[in-house]
Amino acid sequence: MSALLDVDQLMDKLEAGLRRLLTERGIESPVLIGIRTGGVWVADILGKRLGIEEPFGKLDISFYRDDFSRIGLNPKVTPSSLPFDTEDRDIILVDDVIMSGRTIRAAMNELFDYGRPASIILATLIDLGARELPIQPDVAGQALTLEAQQRVKLRGPDPLRIEIQAAGQ
Amino acid sequence: MTANAASPNHLQLTRDGQLRHFLTLDGLSRDLLTDILDTADSFIEVGERSIKKVPLLRGRTVVNLFFESSTRTRSTFELAAKRLSADVLNLDINTSATSKGESLSDTLLNLEAMASDMFVVRHAQSGAPHFIAESVTPGVAIINAGDGRHAHPTQAMLDMLTIRQHKGAFEGLKVAIVGDVLHSRVARSQIRALNELGAEQIRVIAPGTLLPSDVESLGCTVEYDMARGMKDLDVVIMLRLQKERMEGALLPSEREFYRLYGLSQDKLALAHPECIVMHPGPINRGVEIESSVADGPQSVILNQVTNGIAIRMAVMSMAMGGQVAERQQKLTELTERGQA
Repeated sequence: MSALLDVDQLMDKLEAGLRRLLTERGIESPVLIGIRTGGVWVADILGKRLGIEEPFGKLDISFYRDDFSRIGLNPKVTPSSLPFDTEDRDIILVDDVIMSGRTIRAAMNELFDYGRPASIILATLIDLGARELPIQPDVAGQALTLEAQQRVKLRGPDPLRIEIQAAGQ
Repeated sequence: MTANAASPNHLQLTRDGQLRHFLTLDGLSRDLLTDILDTADSFIEVGERSIKKVPLLRGRTVVNLFFESSTRTRSTFELAAKRLSADVLNLDINTSATSKGESLSDTLLNLEAMASDMFVVRHAQSGAPHFIAESVTPGVAIINAGDGRHAHPTQAMLDMLTIRQHKGAFEGLKVAIVGDVLHSRVARSQIRALNELGAEQIRVIAPGTLLPSDVESLGCTVEYDMARGMKDLDVVIMLRLQKERMEGALLPSEREFYRLYGLSQDKLALAHPECIVMHPGPINRGVEIESSVADGPQSVILNQVTNGIAIRMAVMSMAMGGQVAERQQKLTELTERGQA
């Protein structure tokens, strides 16, 4: 069996949290960067909801993963594309799910090769806990604890669906 | 993935079909060639950043082992390795230990003792990189940077990347390779790649004295008349006249060769108006190609050089990735066997 989470509700929460944070920090013109693949879908929706007209960036972290020496290179790497200069910009980094925190570490390493941003806010749709690095999202749609055999699966981009699957599905 | 002992692939691919050496394009599937091109596309983007470096080969040592001189190939391999964050050692063997009598095997053993992870090999002898790959310590990747008249697979792949960039796809393309095919390892690799990737027509245009006797068996048609050969072309690849390899009178004269097979504005005008002009370099202006064509709007010769860095980054990271993944797999199997 797979259970469905209500994506709209999660996006509402994410949007509200981000609006609050941007106001608190006095950030007026942030740019969005989504991490491939799920994070790009979420960034696309967030951009429309937050009324950010600047096109969002897409990051493929394959060249920055810390498990190259175990599994080699991801054969399906696609080019990152940041259609703006990141230097001194306030960035909202977006991923669908955060767990170990290793993806975010890789993404930040990559981001800094483009320049020195003014700030980075981390927004994820789902926080699964189980962190292995000292990295936390600033805003999350929902915190979730999975049973040992459960997995979260995001399908998209339109409509965006989140399924919680039992192992083997 | 089936590993046929007679094919080179038992050597250059892992059990899962990942690259672990890059010796020849023979036997590599369209899917794998496409993966190499796609990965190179991502490295092109890296080359446009303010910091043109990724950490994939950080802490690994790449040795450029050039038994034959080269400027472009060696410097792009060096830059590619550095952009992957590897440490790079450039060895010009002509001026090194072998001239003091050390054998190839001994040179290699010494380099392996320095904990090298990858050898990029250029050698005048066909099959030398293959020989090294057979004898090298497991875990060390070998990349062929040109061997004898046999193959120059990274050059062919950077040419494929350049063609794909300008033409979008290979289906329906008419491509000609012009000039000294006899001495060209590049031509062999190009014909192989173009066939595997699905080009519609591959023509070689050259005088009979500069063609290998079995050239059609490589999968191309032969044209001795350049005007006929240029008709409707989408891509024309000029080869360098390898004067240093020529023995005896293969050519009447350079001027005669240029008149018949040199790419002039007039001859280029016979091709499709959007035909691109390629050359692996170094170019002999006025021998294979008119200066105004080499520098003209249809020339993509300098794009080829830029793409060379990206292709070499792709091949090096994929081969190193295959080596480490294989090693990890073997370790896991050993552990499991130990526990059973």
